[in-house]
Amino acid sequence: MKELRFEDVHVRFGQTVAVDGVSLTVPAGQVVGLVGESGSGKSTLARAAVGLAPYDGRILLGGEPVPTRGRRRPLQMVFQDPYSSLDPRMSIGESIAETMPRGSSRAEGRAEVERLLELVHLDPTRATARPSELSGGQRQRVALARALAGQPQVVIADEITSALDVSIQGAVLNLVRELQAELGLSMLFISHNLAVVRYVATHVAVMRDGRIVEQGPTAQVLAAPEHDYTRELLAAVPGSTTRSPR
Amino acid sequence: MALANSAIAAAPRVGRLGSHVWLRFGVRRLGRLLVSLWVLVTASFLMIHLIPGDPVRAALGPTAPAALVAAKREEMGLDDPILVQYWHYLQGLFTGDLGTSMISQLPVSDVISQRLPATLALALLAFVFAVAVAVPLGVTMGVLTRRGHGRRTELAFTTSSVVLGIIPDFVIAVVLVYVFGVSLEWLPVAGNDTPSAYVLPVLALAIGPAAILSRIIRVEMVSVLDADFVRTARAKRLPKRTIYLGHALPNALTASLTIGGLILSAMVAGTVLVENVFAWPGLGSTIVSSILNKDYQVVQAIVLVYGVGVLLVNTLVDVALALLDPRSMIRED
Amino acid sequence: MRRLKSVIRTPVGLTATILTVGVLLLAVVAPILWSDDADAIDTANILAGPSADHWAGTDNLGRDIFFRTLVATRLSVELALAATVIAVVIGLLLGTASFVLGRRSGRLVNAGVNIAVAFPGMLLALFFAVVFGVGATGAVFAIGLAGAPAMGRLTRTLVASVSSRDFVDAARVAGVGRVRILFRHVLPNISEPLVVNATIGAGGALLSFAGLSFLGLGVQQPSYDWGRLLFDGIGSIYVNPAAALAPGLAVVVAGLAFNLFGESVAKVLGVGVVAGIQLPSSAPAVETTSPVDVAHHDADDIVLDVRDLEVTFPGPAGPIRPVRGVSFAVRRGEAVGVVGESGSGKSLTALAVSRLVGDPGRVDASRLELLGHDLRAADSKALRKLLGTSLAMVFQDPMTSFNPTKRMGGQLAEVARHHQGMDRRSALARAVDRMRAVRITDPEHRAHQYPHEFSGGMRQRAMIGMGLMGSPALIVADEPTTALDVTVQQQVLDLLASIRAADDVALVLISHDVAVVGQVCDRVLVMYAGKIVEDLPAADLAGAARHPYTRALVAAVPDMDTDLDQPLAVIPGRPVDPADVPSGCAYAARCPLATDTCRAQEPPLETDSAGRRVACWHAGEPLPIEILDRELAEVDTP
Repeated sequence: MKELRFEDVHVRFGQTVAVDGVSLTVPAGQVVGLVGESGSGKSTLARAAVGLAPYDGRILLGGEPVPTRGRRRPLQMVFQDPYSSLDPRMSIGESIAETMPRGSSRAEGRAEVERLLELVHLDPTRATARPSELSGGQRQRVALARALAGQPQVVIADEITSALDVSIQGAVLNLVRELQAELGLSMLFISHNLAVVRYVATHVAVMRDGRIVEQGPTAQVLAAPEHDYTRELLAAVPGSTTRSPR
Repeated sequence: MALANSAIAAAPRVGRLGSHVWLRFGVRRLGRLLVSLWVLVTASFLMIHLIPGDPVRAALGPTAPAALVAAKREEMGLDDPILVQYWHYLQGLFTGDLGTSMISQLPVSDVISQRLPATLALALLAFVFAVAVAVPLGVTMGVLTRRGHGRRTELAFTTSSVVLGIIPDFVIAVVLVYVFGVSLEWLPVAGNDTPSAYVLPVLALAIGPAAILSRIIRVEMVSVLDADFVRTARAKRLPKRTIYLGHALPNALTASLTIGGLILSAMVAGTVLVENVFAWPGLGSTIVSSILNKDYQVVQAIVLVYGVGVLLVNTLVDVALALLDPRSMIRED
Repeated sequence: MRRLKSVIRTPVGLTATILTVGVLLLAVVAPILWSDDADAIDTANILAGPSADHWAGTDNLGRDIFFRTLVATRLSVELALAATVIAVVIGLLLGTASFVLGRRSGRLVNAGVNIAVAFPGMLLALFFAVVFGVGATGAVFAIGLAGAPAMGRLTRTLVASVSSRDFVDAARVAGVGRVRILFRHVLPNISEPLVVNATIGAGGALLSFAGLSFLGLGVQQPSYDWGRLLFDGIGSIYVNPAAALAPGLAVVVAGLAFNLFGESVAKVLGVGVVAGIQLPSSAPAVETTSPVDVAHHDADDIVLDVRDLEVTFPGPAGPIRPVRGVSFAVRRGEAVGVVGESGSGKSLTALAVSRLVGDPGRVDASRLELLGHDLRAADSKALRKLLGTSLAMVFQDPMTSFNPTKRMGGQLAEVARHHQGMDRRSALARAVDRMRAVRITDPEHRAHQYPHEFSGGMRQRAMIGMGLMGSPALIVADEPTTALDVTVQQQVLDLLASIRAADDVALVLISHDVAVVGQVCDRVLVMYAGKIVEDLPAADLAGAARHPYTRALVAAVPDMDTDLDQPLAVIPGRPVDPADVPSGCAYAARCPLATDTCRAQEPPLETDSAGRRVACWHAGEPLPIEILDRELAEVDTP
């Protein structure tokens, strides 16, 4: 696993500046949480890293620029919407296999798909199932498996539990922690939910209007926030301030 | 429903919806109109030059003497380089010189000015008729068949409007001619001498579009009645009439307007077919005979006129849409 | 394939299929069988009317028109299909250009298509007919090219909708090339609507061809298609009208066949509506659970009184009941939260209580009263006024909850004009005042703006302001902050709290977010599978909940105090689908305490001395050790 570093990254869409000079490091083998509200630019930053948006500045993996073209892609992403992230016409096995690096035989590919399905706690015999047969939580696991199939150095998770029912969120978050511990994944975990980020990430960066306003170890930032906006976010978490019921 | 639930999440905060939005819209729309006009003009110019062979020879026939053909070609400037011809063509458009008909030797502009009024009258009347029938019908049907109601009405209406919409205008024209002209002899079927002569051609031209339009309006009305903001209106316990006419109708109309515009501009082209059935002294019958006679300058001019008519209809539709729904001015396409 | 077979089940689909197959069959077979009959010249029988020998009479060479019409099928269909193929192929190229070529060149192609699409097909067809020349071949190209822009525009829209979905992005991130993505992901996902539209396009091409031939610009003698026959026939319409009507009928039938077939298939492929099984007019007998004991509440104090509320919808396999007997009461100034996941019936409960459940849904209750007035009564002006002024609704999605074509001020003012008899000016003034009350800055100016000019949070506040136009005794808010950022959410919740404090307004807050409900409300109703499973004070949520579902729900959501060393609590299985409610306790399949009693018998909702209610055979029992440890750990954390 290598370190992912953003150096003064800018992303512009026409006149709008979505990411305004962001510098951020995801240390090897660590989970960094990226917290922000809508319009903060966190998703755009992620998309720039995986080559879905053009950017100025540098994004380095282990000191080398991240390749945004070509077959070898050491950065993979898991998307937010479980109902849009899998091709409805392909079996989940085929979707997972798409990310696998070329050059293995059919049998090897199949075995790898089964291994990945087990890794995310899905029944490997269901590799031929269509996405429509799976629940939202199960689809997110398939999306995770697909990202891992590419043997990435870093995985970017973009609001992966926001669209799931409350009772299912926990399972996916547990899986993320488990995989991180087992595989030593470097991960950029994007969320608007501070409590979820606190649970998953050792470091956290707070983003607003395209800029990082505060970053540091999670426990420290949440216990003693330095920036006003971080304080505002903390105060806005439901149940954090005591409000006496009538 | 695309309009009501459209994700304009990133719509710029315009502040006061004032003149500068209208100005930007107006400029953009005008720009688009000018570009389309230029494409139309260039296309009609190229039309003749894309025809394989010699247009003059084709028009005058294989037996015409070579000297005459050469003289005609000289007169029409067909031996000049193509860009020069293009420039002359544009100049001619600005001065109103559209060339000369090879068959009648009249200036094409005279032909146009003689025949245009009849087509214009036909198209406008049909236009008014179609809208006047389709909007009330579509809205009423929409209310009657909103979610969970009027299944049988829906079936009957949809079937009849589909059938009427598919029958081509010239077939309707033929049937009308037979029923009212030949069989019952109630109405004239040729020329435009008397007011009653307008009835059948207008009907033939307008029935199909009216059927399709009313069908679309019904569908959009049903869809809008299911929209979130209609639920809000119901939550405000407004009287039904206010909900249907004040809230649902404007949104159903904006949703139908774009396709409605296409249907109405198709009607413009429909005059070609209908005029041929009713021996109507308009541009439609002229263009057909000109094509058959290879009188290309006339064809070119009529294509231009029709094209301009279509572009005007589209522009009017866009303006109407902007008046009804201010969001449409901001949306980039 | 199975779905395509269901096309035949509908009467329209059946008719269309039969007609289309018939036309195609005729196209193949008719010339083989009847060519000679169609070509037989009989100069003695010119322009004869219909007779036993000649069903549609004869033409100016004595040829039988009926047979000519039948034989003409082949040419008409062939030419139409050829033109359609040209239109589809070129349309595909035009529509996929921007995806394959990238932004700049794609934009040029798209602009070209946009300009071309503005012109009607017939005009384009005439244009190309001039270029390609009069005759069948020229006409095929003319109609094919004329149809290409529309096909291109359609293809582009379909491609855009597919390529905006995440799985295309995922393929790009995996390094798959653009062309490969096009063939592997995009085209298969647009094939169905494309084929359907091509079929409808074929119908259109058929009609266009008939038109061109009718004008004399299409098929030329001695060949003949339906259009050509019409051309010949109209000349003799006074002598033998059947000469024109027969081919006219053929054109209509064939055009209808293709169009209806395409549309029926489209309907089948895009299906999503519950089929219409009409509900029986008499309500089935409702099983009452133990009666709600409201003796503790002062009757005058009750704003909303609901007993045995049920909501039923017709379904393909019988009625679906998403709300299966809900009873509760809300006192003046009280805030009651309704918590549940998808399928719990919480939103429908809110809609039912506000009388906003429309057809085909049906609401039944043994009692449904707002401020003592029976809401089950028939719609009347008085009832509408009551609901319009004493009850305020706040919906989930602020973006779509306002009419996009009307200014905000007017939408608020409507309430006052219709229910409080105010004139336009005073109603607008009141609207501005209410907007100020909900802390919208510069309300006089904002009132003249359109909804899309407001931010999400502002719209939600405007929604609340709209509810305050009257003097509501109750606010029903259905997931009011779910679509909002967390800081904006806090502002909206604060606003609701201040309104409640100022005017003693009661609140029913529906949410899937236990934390929000716990913060805002006095009392919480937990719903599962259409029923209330627990009714408890909000303060008890963290440590004194008795129903296993409530406890699991609370434990499953991470908050700022969750123990980082433990895995999060997980509720196995999935929420219940309202169409498929199991017998016995609906939660049994996911419950660690479930026994056979639970699976066999549904537990009744029982009230204890403190007014709390719970529906569980094992309420309050200690959970298995692991889960208990986790809960204790949470309570102990400072």
